Amino acid sequence: MSHHSIEATGLSFVYPDGTRALDDVSFRLGHGESVAIVGANGAGKSTLLLQLTGFLRPTGGQVRIGEVPITRETLADIRKAIGVVFQDPDDQLFMPTVYEDVAFGPVNHRLPAEEVASRVTEALARVGATHLADRPPYRLSGGEKRAVAIASALALCPNILIMDEPSSNLDPKARRRLIELLAGFEHTKVVATHDLDLALELCERTIVMSAGTVTADGPTRAIFGDDSLLEASGLEKPLGMQGCPLCGGE
Amino acid sequence: MPSIQEGIYDLGRLDQLAYRDTAVHRLDPRAKVVTTFVFLVCVISFPPHAVAPMLPFLLYPMYLTLEGGLPVRFLVRKLVAVAPFALLVGIFNPFFDREIVLFLGEIGISGGWVSFTSIMLRFFLTTFAALALIATTSFHSVCMALERLGVPDVLATQMLLLYRYIFVLGDQVMRMARARSLRSHGARGMGLKVYVNMLGHLLLRTHARAQRIYQAMLARGFDGHVRANVDLRLSVRDVGHVLGWSAAFLTFRLIDVPLYIGRLMTGALS
Repeated sequence: MSHHSIEATGLSFVYPDGTRALDDVSFRLGHGESVAIVGANGAGKSTLLLQLTGFLRPTGGQVRIGEVPITRETLADIRKAIGVVFQDPDDQLFMPTVYEDVAFGPVNHRLPAEEVASRVTEALARVGATHLADRPPYRLSGGEKRAVAIASALALCPNILIMDEPSSNLDPKARRRLIELLAGFEHTKVVATHDLDLALELCERTIVMSAGTVTADGPTRAIFGDDSLLEASGLEKPLGMQGCPLCGGE
Repeated sequence: MPSIQEGIYDLGRLDQLAYRDTAVHRLDPRAKVVTTFVFLVCVISFPPHAVAPMLPFLLYPMYLTLEGGLPVRFLVRKLVAVAPFALLVGIFNPFFDREIVLFLGEIGISGGWVSFTSIMLRFFLTTFAALALIATTSFHSVCMALERLGVPDVLATQMLLLYRYIFVLGDQVMRMARARSLRSHGARGMGLKVYVNMLGHLLLRTHARAQRIYQAMLARGFDGHVRANVDLRLSVRDVGHVLGWSAAFLTFRLIDVPLYIGRLMTGALS
């Protein structure tokens, strides 16, 4: 059974206060695809991510991970296939040391001690954070926290990585390192972001959301080339696709 | 709001001290927790007017401080900061208990003053020992030690998370306090009303954060138990630490050591 694909069909969600956050959202992501979800603030990106991870139950429609629909019964299994990187690393790094935090998932899955150790070492090495293992998370810089948060998701060997604003609050160097790191992953990736240049570099496909609906879904370059679509969705052409303001050239 | 700021920074400093690498830092946390517990029981169980017999107990926190290379002035500053609580507990004793119980030369000292001194000394010893424990043992090791020693899992996890998020919450409070003082121009920012609003805000934000943390835990297979992944092993040194110091504490508790020394000295002199 492959857990690498994600399929949303007719997904709707209304918050208890009556806010319609998602309205008939449908898409299918295949194995290894890398997709950016972009849209203005309040367009429904975060709600969609919460749906894909089963934290919110749809009021209409369905999400399938692999060929399995997300239900109360399948959720625990499905979450083993998904690595989630939250927007604020402080929410994700709750254990006393970096090592223990990265080990949290593998330990919960009752892996044998040697397997836990090798997973943690590998995940930390992957994000270049081996030297941070014994540090408490509140003593890390923003970039280090983000790297460790990603390692804590990677330690579960997920098939799918779901990330909410991975490049927010990072300095340019840390952001560059993050992009290089993510580019090296072969997972199916879903990235909700305002950083359109990151989307341009990492994702071959982009889904544009506006007021809870999907307004466009296609190749990233084509979408960011469509000025009227960007304008209507509260977005702006990524800097990488704008002409050079000094020399006027592309 | 410099007091909160200082408090958080001091906590940070205490926390960093715990990550040093000295002989006492390397002791198993359980050994230190148990020894501290015996220490506390012995000190607290002294009768109300005991003063001199408690003095030998100073040895233990001083040993941790010196062996652990802890900054003495910092610890003293922390002790003084919490002293008002003990002061409040003991301050009325001299008024209620005016019976003279001992003479220092010509001056008669009432039972109230003696018990007051006893309370202050007790406070000093117990707080000093607790501070020395935290400064030589990271808080999470203390929690883990407690859990291994049979404290319920839920309680240990609560303490762990509380400690982890004190820093995040403290930062948030500081940012809010700064934002307020920036726009209140030296005045107390509309006083209590704003203060209450800020507290409410903080509560809501904390609640939202708690929800996100719980989601992050669920995403990684959390099922109600935090499984610590640290191997604790008791060595001969650890056992020696517990037994040696506990024996010393019991001796100090049962035998009035200063009195004996005094008698020995005067006996030798006469």
